[in-house]
Amino acid sequence: MSVPTELKYAKSHEWIRLEADGTVTVGITQHAQELLGDMVFVELPKVGRTLAQGEDCAVVESVKAASDIYAPIGGEVIAVNAAVESSPEKINEDSYSAWLFNLKPANTAEINGLLDADEYEKLLESE
Amino acid sequence: MLIFEHSRKNRRNYSQAPAARPARNNIPDNLKRRSIPLLPEVSEMDTVRHYTRLSQKNFSIDTEFYPLGSCTMKYNPRACNALAMLPQFLSRHPLAPEDTGQGFLACMYELQEILKDVTGMAAVSLTSMAGAQGELIGITMIRAYHEARGDTGRTEVIIPDAAHGTNPATAVMSGYKVIEIPTNRDGDVDMDALKAAVGPRTAGLMLTNPSTLGVFEKKVAEMSRIVHEAGGLLYYDGANLNAVLGKVKPGDMGFDVIHMNLHKTFSTPHGGGGPGAAPVGVADCLLPYLPIPIVAHEQGVYRWLTEKDRPQSIGRLSAHMGNAGVLLRAYIYVRLLGAEGMFRIAEYATLNANYLMAELRKLGFEIAYPDRRASHEFIVTMKEIKDRTGVTAMHLAKRLLDKGFHAPTVYFPLLVPECLLIEPAETESKETLDRFVVAMKEILDEIDTQPEMVKAAPHNMPLRKIDDVKAARELDLVWNPAG
Amino acid sequence: MPFIPHTEEDVAEMLASIGAASIDELFDEIPTELKNGQLTQVPVGMSEMEISRLMYERAQQDGFYLSFIGAGAYEHHIPAAVWQITTRGEFYSSYTPYQAEASQGTLQLLYEYQTMMASLTGMDVSNASLYDGASALAEAALMAVRQHKSSRRILIPQTVHPVYRRVVRTIVRNQAIEVVEVPYDPATGQVTIDQLDQFAQEEFAALIIPQPNFFGVLEQVDMLADWAHDKQSLAIAVVNPTALAMLKPPGEWGRQGADIAVGEGQPLGIPLSSGGPYFGFMACKQELVRQMPGRIIGRTTDLEGKEGFALTLQAREQHIRRSKATSNICTNQGLMVTAATIYMSLLGPEGLYRVAAQSHANTLALVERLEKLPGVKKAFHSPFFHEAVLQLSVPADQVLDKLRAQGVLGGVLLENYYPDLKNMLLICATETKTAEDLDKYTEVLQQALTA
Repeated sequence: MSVPTELKYAKSHEWIRLEADGTVTVGITQHAQELLGDMVFVELPKVGRTLAQGEDCAVVESVKAASDIYAPIGGEVIAVNAAVESSPEKINEDSYSAWLFNLKPANTAEINGLLDADEYEKLLESE
Repeated sequence: MLIFEHSRKNRRNYSQAPAARPARNNIPDNLKRRSIPLLPEVSEMDTVRHYTRLSQKNFSIDTEFYPLGSCTMKYNPRACNALAMLPQFLSRHPLAPEDTGQGFLACMYELQEILKDVTGMAAVSLTSMAGAQGELIGITMIRAYHEARGDTGRTEVIIPDAAHGTNPATAVMSGYKVIEIPTNRDGDVDMDALKAAVGPRTAGLMLTNPSTLGVFEKKVAEMSRIVHEAGGLLYYDGANLNAVLGKVKPGDMGFDVIHMNLHKTFSTPHGGGGPGAAPVGVADCLLPYLPIPIVAHEQGVYRWLTEKDRPQSIGRLSAHMGNAGVLLRAYIYVRLLGAEGMFRIAEYATLNANYLMAELRKLGFEIAYPDRRASHEFIVTMKEIKDRTGVTAMHLAKRLLDKGFHAPTVYFPLLVPECLLIEPAETESKETLDRFVVAMKEILDEIDTQPEMVKAAPHNMPLRKIDDVKAARELDLVWNPAG
Repeated sequence: MPFIPHTEEDVAEMLASIGAASIDELFDEIPTELKNGQLTQVPVGMSEMEISRLMYERAQQDGFYLSFIGAGAYEHHIPAAVWQITTRGEFYSSYTPYQAEASQGTLQLLYEYQTMMASLTGMDVSNASLYDGASALAEAALMAVRQHKSSRRILIPQTVHPVYRRVVRTIVRNQAIEVVEVPYDPATGQVTIDQLDQFAQEEFAALIIPQPNFFGVLEQVDMLADWAHDKQSLAIAVVNPTALAMLKPPGEWGRQGADIAVGEGQPLGIPLSSGGPYFGFMACKQELVRQMPGRIIGRTTDLEGKEGFALTLQAREQHIRRSKATSNICTNQGLMVTAATIYMSLLGPEGLYRVAAQSHANTLALVERLEKLPGVKKAFHSPFFHEAVLQLSVPADQVLDKLRAQGVLGGVLLENYYPDLKNMLLICATETKTAEDLDKYTEVLQQALTA
């Protein structure tokens, strides 16, 4: 299973990408979508909501499971991906392009505490 | 074909409704209905045929072996149904005076007494209409107990990770935070985790024993001591009472409150998903908080206790007395069995489970807790088979349907990967269990020789595998005549 | 051994396979000090013949009465086919349809039920049932609070069934939800705008609207629904399903329609049987469907594109969502819904309308007759459906006792629920009552008043 090297990861299986404008984009990993199976519903946070690191802020549902999504870092929600709300299967098709929401970080130092691709792969092996 | 598709405009059943619209109608115009509701217009015979045919598409205890773990699918004696449906019982209004229902109330009172005895509790209320409602009552009483003592800092309920989903859902619905504690390798609650979890915030512990892993919590007495010493109370989820009925009383294990699922242990019908009934029993410390109504027997007369009799009661959970007709069926069942029959329930349920476990183990199925006795149920894990062949617990479940057996519970409890929770129940004969073993053997062979066929099951049912992903993505919850 | 098929040979072979010497050995993991072999209150077993005798005797002891009691449970004719089909083993002894391919009968029936209930209430969607009307109302209150997000207060008129109000309080109190009661107009027995407007400045998650209300009186539902929506509260309807054949459905109340409709399903083919099992129904607007508790069935297809049915939106439920589920409900009242679906199919829209209209007409006729008796008058001057409140000039409890001695159950004493409403009776005459029955009531009441 390939884990993109340009992304950072949370232990709870979210990925984040630091964008050129200083915001971060959040999604769930390929591993997470495989565990959950066929997605049928996604609930995203409201734009403008301020999240603390680790706060549960979104839900992804498959037929057999529902999983909370935790904010990998704190910040304000500045955009959400309406396309995955209307077509949750996009997450199954490519979980790294089907992003969930975009945050303006409250404290960029929190990004440094996340896992890099190597560390995340090790986590997957140990599970 | 849906019942609506049999409908023809103005077709009526003349014998089933008043012969004409009455002349008198005082409903104000602005409150009258203008639209015609979408009910079918079909003949009586078409209705009977349609629903008879639908019934034939179901598996049921009356037609198939139904080893659904943690659901206790045992034979529902027909006498229980026939006698609970005597016309005097059916026609009695819930608010009819008590002196017009002494026969019925006698049954309810005796049922209360019998349930007290088999569970070792101080008192029982019959009002709860389902296991989950019994849980809600139990946790609400625990809250009332702490509040009455002015002990308001207790905000947490401890629940093992093997518990039914209803336990955490109930605790949250009752306004508590859930503290989940893990299970050790043998299937028992991790005692160190329990000790670490209890404290001044502990309102109580919810425990199923035997657990949903199909094993008896050997250290239940110690668990009781730990929780009580921390000031918490113990809740017994009676989902698996069938395994120990007559052998161990929850009251003797130290529980303060329990619910018993009569639709499991006392053989009232599951009815395609209810109605159930889940009387709640309490130890002395919770007696004042029991929900009403409760039947009392005073000077030879039966009557309902009210809030005047029980001012500290948590109140009411249903509009009337709960599922009276279900309670009558359970009463008839316990009278048919008698005291000696009570013991046999647990004995033969346990014998059947351990036999089936032994036979499946001999075939090569992996038992999740191989060093333990099965209670009335046990777990097979398909993890190794899935890793090797790609065939999952769900695939095997669907293939069992092809062979005329209802599938066991799959993917519960959540802690065992690819699990089948198998509960044969005491009413099944050895021949039925042997036929099931043969079917499991056949499937095991098929997994090796034609795994793709197994994955595509079912093949012999009225329908192939149902697309539940489509059902959730493209919600179609009501029929629309426009298509 | 009742219902246990094992022969001695079976037991011996099974124990040999297990490798145990006795059945007792299978319980060797249970600590000895916990084992208890004593049952003192359980009598010895009976044969089916003996228990039949006992139950016949007890049934006979209870007997039959000519009943004019309603108050949330109603006597209606139930076609013979309803319970003959419902108690077929394939419905009676099956379980929750988790394995869709082995449960298409129950699943399709529930889908048909959802369609009928959604249409009857005028709502978009319906679930597959809750326990009863009272607990369904409590679930609706919890659902409204989840949806509203800002307020944790529920406004409930005192014209709502008093026991329903008690059940709502018991259930929502745990979640620190406040239940605020709205008084009614003593002349009309209705909630009026004046009573509501004292709460105009306060925020509520929902207003509960009964139709008809506990007194049998019809409420001004358009006004009430609009009042709720004007202040961004949800409107929760609690309705009688028989009445819906004649009355404007909740989905059409006011400008927007009610948001959630619940009620007691018992009038749809379920026997009175001392209070249960009945079933609660719940229907709602499409946008609330993910907040709805309980089982929901969806229509879909199988692998080959053939129409089929399955449980859906299960991620709302406790077996998946655990502590974050919309409710803890698991088992509901499936078999009662089976009966109700067959009942509604046998009656059809015109049959159900006639049952409703005849019940309404019979109660009108009964009230008219009784009002002519000296010492009897109507308590409220409002239109009613199939129940009404009578004010007596003498102690009503004694009157009820006298009626019972004549084989007539004359209604419910309102004072039991409303201490201020002295000597008032809530009476009901459904389509099951004949002109002779109404005459009989009139005659025995006249005797009771004069004796």
